[in-house]
Amino acid sequence: MATATLHANDAHAHGHDHEHEHHEPGFIRKYIFSEDHKTIAKQYLITGIIWAFFGGALSIIFRLQLGFPNMNLDWLKPVLGEWIVEGKLEKEFYLALVTMHGTIMVFFVLTAGLSGTFSNFLIPLQIGARDMASGFLNMLSYWFFFLSSVIMFASLFIETGPASGGWVIYPPLSALPQAMPGSGLGMTMWLTSMTFFIVSQLLGGVNYITTVINLRTRGMSFTKMPLTIWAFFFTAVLGLLSFPVLLSAALLLIFDRSFGTSFYLSEIYIGGEALPNVGGSAILYQHLFWFLGHPEVYIVLLPALGITSEVIATNARKPIFGYRAMIGSMMGITVLAFIVWAHHMFVTGMNPFLGSVFMFLTLIIAVPSAVKAFNYITTLWKGNIIFTPGMLFSIGLVSLFISGGVTGIILGNSALDINLHDTYFVVAHFHLVMGAASFFGLLAGVYHWFPKLFGRMMNNTLGYIHFWLTFAGVYCVFFPMHYIGIAGFPRRYYSFTALANNAQDTFADMNAFISIAAILTFASQAIFAFNFFYSIFKGKKATQNPWNSNTLEWTTPIIVGHGNWEGEIPAVYRWPYDYSKPGSASDFIPQNVPFSATPESNLPEENEEIANEKEIEGLLAVQNDVYNH
Amino acid sequence: MTYLIGLLSVVFLVLAIMIVSKSIALSKGIQGADDSDARVDGANNGNAFGFLVFLVLGSIAAAWSFLHSQPDFLPIAASEHGLKTDQMFWISMGIVTAAFFLTNTLLFVFAFLYRYKKNNVATFYPVNHKLEIIWTIIPAIVMAVLVFTGWRIWRDITKQAPENAVVIEVTGHQFGWYVRYAGNDDNKLGNQNYKLIDDTNQIGIDFTDESSFDDFTANELHLPKGVPVLLKIKAQDVLHSVYLPYQRVKMDAVPGMPTKFWFVANKSTDEMRAELGKSDFNYKLNCTEICGRGHFGMAITVFVDEPEDYKAWVAQQKPFLTQNPDYLAKVPEKLKGKAQKYVPAEAPAAESDSTQAAAGAAPATASLRR
Repeated sequence: MATATLHANDAHAHGHDHEHEHHEPGFIRKYIFSEDHKTIAKQYLITGIIWAFFGGALSIIFRLQLGFPNMNLDWLKPVLGEWIVEGKLEKEFYLALVTMHGTIMVFFVLTAGLSGTFSNFLIPLQIGARDMASGFLNMLSYWFFFLSSVIMFASLFIETGPASGGWVIYPPLSALPQAMPGSGLGMTMWLTSMTFFIVSQLLGGVNYITTVINLRTRGMSFTKMPLTIWAFFFTAVLGLLSFPVLLSAALLLIFDRSFGTSFYLSEIYIGGEALPNVGGSAILYQHLFWFLGHPEVYIVLLPALGITSEVIATNARKPIFGYRAMIGSMMGITVLAFIVWAHHMFVTGMNPFLGSVFMFLTLIIAVPSAVKAFNYITTLWKGNIIFTPGMLFSIGLVSLFISGGVTGIILGNSALDINLHDTYFVVAHFHLVMGAASFFGLLAGVYHWFPKLFGRMMNNTLGYIHFWLTFAGVYCVFFPMHYIGIAGFPRRYYSFTALANNAQDTFADMNAFISIAAILTFASQAIFAFNFFYSIFKGKKATQNPWNSNTLEWTTPIIVGHGNWEGEIPAVYRWPYDYSKPGSASDFIPQNVPFSATPESNLPEENEEIANEKEIEGLLAVQNDVYNH
Repeated sequence: MTYLIGLLSVVFLVLAIMIVSKSIALSKGIQGADDSDARVDGANNGNAFGFLVFLVLGSIAAAWSFLHSQPDFLPIAASEHGLKTDQMFWISMGIVTAAFFLTNTLLFVFAFLYRYKKNNVATFYPVNHKLEIIWTIIPAIVMAVLVFTGWRIWRDITKQAPENAVVIEVTGHQFGWYVRYAGNDDNKLGNQNYKLIDDTNQIGIDFTDESSFDDFTANELHLPKGVPVLLKIKAQDVLHSVYLPYQRVKMDAVPGMPTKFWFVANKSTDEMRAELGKSDFNYKLNCTEICGRGHFGMAITVFVDEPEDYKAWVAQQKPFLTQNPDYLAKVPEKLKGKAQKYVPAEAPAAESDSTQAAAGAAPATASLRR
């Protein structure tokens, strides 16, 4: 029926409609192999949440080892089996845990779970489109992700263990099964899984970009788009340009592993024999990897920042400060993201001159990031702030983004990176600025758009409790790691017994503290899980626009059907941030309200735009035409 | 430990109390005071206040934890370039800490001050170009200064090693480090080839190069104090990374691509022992690139000696060829004469071509001290 509504505007379409379009799709087409962007978004979200709990649980296991190195872990035997040896975590399995935690969190949770959910859900709803440009590719995108998830998940259970060379899987360690067991079948599965993951990302990215460019409703010019859409758009561009490079890096690695090529291997003596490979370069892999790896940081972060912009403006009841500067700085970050990758490689033996170049470029990227932080803070200034759980997590995000971001200025300085590279200082830095901040963006988005996703409200009180525990917990976990880093503790160490000066004793209490904080923070996510799944079925019924927000998704019915709007898609006349406009009786004016209807609050230049309204309305026929072909 | 757990408990206790009190306020609100505002629930002020509490408690915790951890940081750098990077690090740290406190304070204080109040209207303040230009330019200038200073230090660290630098070869393997010195006579490292590696000649020293004849190996690293040292870094199997935390030295070891790092260690082991008050302290060379199950334990002991002690130690070391005379067989005929001088007189005849026969010989290990 909803499908029929989509086509109701078109008298000609019925002539060549396919049979199924006249009916409600069956269960499989509606919930499993769905082409509806909202269903696909929910699929991404729920898969992402499940992955987040797995990724988090893995980190808890290795935090037990780091925080309580003498603890008897035999009680984990029922779950981990042979990976527990004489009450201790197997050393290789420790590395496997670190590797899989990173892979899962970066790719499966914060790339697919965050961008997959909200790009899919919000792009059509906020730009005023009936669906994605290609529902079929969108469906494929999710199912490639699902396939990739299944393979990655299965690799956790094989006898030689999952990939264990760190989430960056640097060769030769990842290329030589004789170097560690995890580089055998586990690594093959990792690479296969990531190949499907990249395909999924590319299909999604093409769709996001096409949809934003082509399917905006009448009047929705680029300068009237919500910052969320700008963020998703830039994210998709980043992904589309950088993921193929990771694919080629992975392919060459597959060749080296399976077909005897020497792209990354040269002059290796291992396991009592000299390998025949010569002429390859291990550094080449690192360049290719980080050419994706660094943009990936922004692929993870930009959607979170976009969500935050929207949530903060709505709940501060104020326009976002410096809308154009926000777009400009995101554009700057997008471009610069491609030319800073080698700051991960200052001490790899790369030419020091290149190090200098990348240091200059890296510290330039701090400027647009700083501008964004200042703009968020100024948006709060003289606001009338309503602390919804979404708003709390957004403010938390800004705090974490700042706290983790400032140490980037130190790590981006190649001279200082010499000592800090691959220490816990780096771990603290990126977990705050990209891990926790993006995770907060994901949670802010879930709390904020839950009413639109499921037509019900989440419980606010549980949301507040969840926020405060998580916010305090995240700082307790990652702030002290800076100290451990300054003390010269390298990351990916099973234990710190080989450091000079009995260093393992000096921070034993700190490591225990971090582990306890991590366990409590992880445990408090159960509050969220309960709230989320309970509210899907039993939550309070939502109203149409519960946060009094301006963007188009809140003009759809409470339960959004296929095609998103019953009847015509609304036209857009103004930017999305007309909150608390002087002269207006209401403290928000949605985007679909024409200037001619609000003479009392119009600014002089907006009165001039009234003349264009006829033209915008005239585009209706053109827009309907788009959906009829 | 107890203090930290105590602190953590206090933090969570305070949070729990706040939450409970808020929930009570909330439930009271629901029971229907007529003046309750439908747009916010009773917890709005509590959440706003929470940010203020978080700012105060967080600042105290940050300051306290720093002071608590400071004694356990790495001591002042024991190398010349390390002194410069340390100074730069703490200056940068000061700047970013100031920015961290300033911005977080503004964020939390604004959140508290501008919490929802009935009949209040937010200020419509969409843009201010002057402000934006100011806060674009100020970070840009600060960044430019930091980059330029950092770049000058980086340039000095990475420039060509001085001519008089002592050359030492460090080779990473799963899971340890081989050290090779240029020897007492020619002060030149001989060639090396991974295809020549066997159980005894673990580095793969090439004995067709006469410079290798006097090279000696060690399983600990001795460095002369106050003299430039050039580390030539290699890896046999997978990536490793040379890390001398106290000297602020780090450089990856890459199979097939030799890397290098030169520096001047300016504090001897004895001086560092005195400074730390620990008579059993030793510097270490650790690995900082994930390399497999033994990664965390891949370390050797490092001694920084006074120059004369270092000379004495070097003089005591016996060339690899002296300790493993079987390798004379690998020396080409025309160089045999030169090589002969390093082989003890009672050594087996040179016609023995089975190098495996030497497998029993222990790898060269010798230490002047301790």
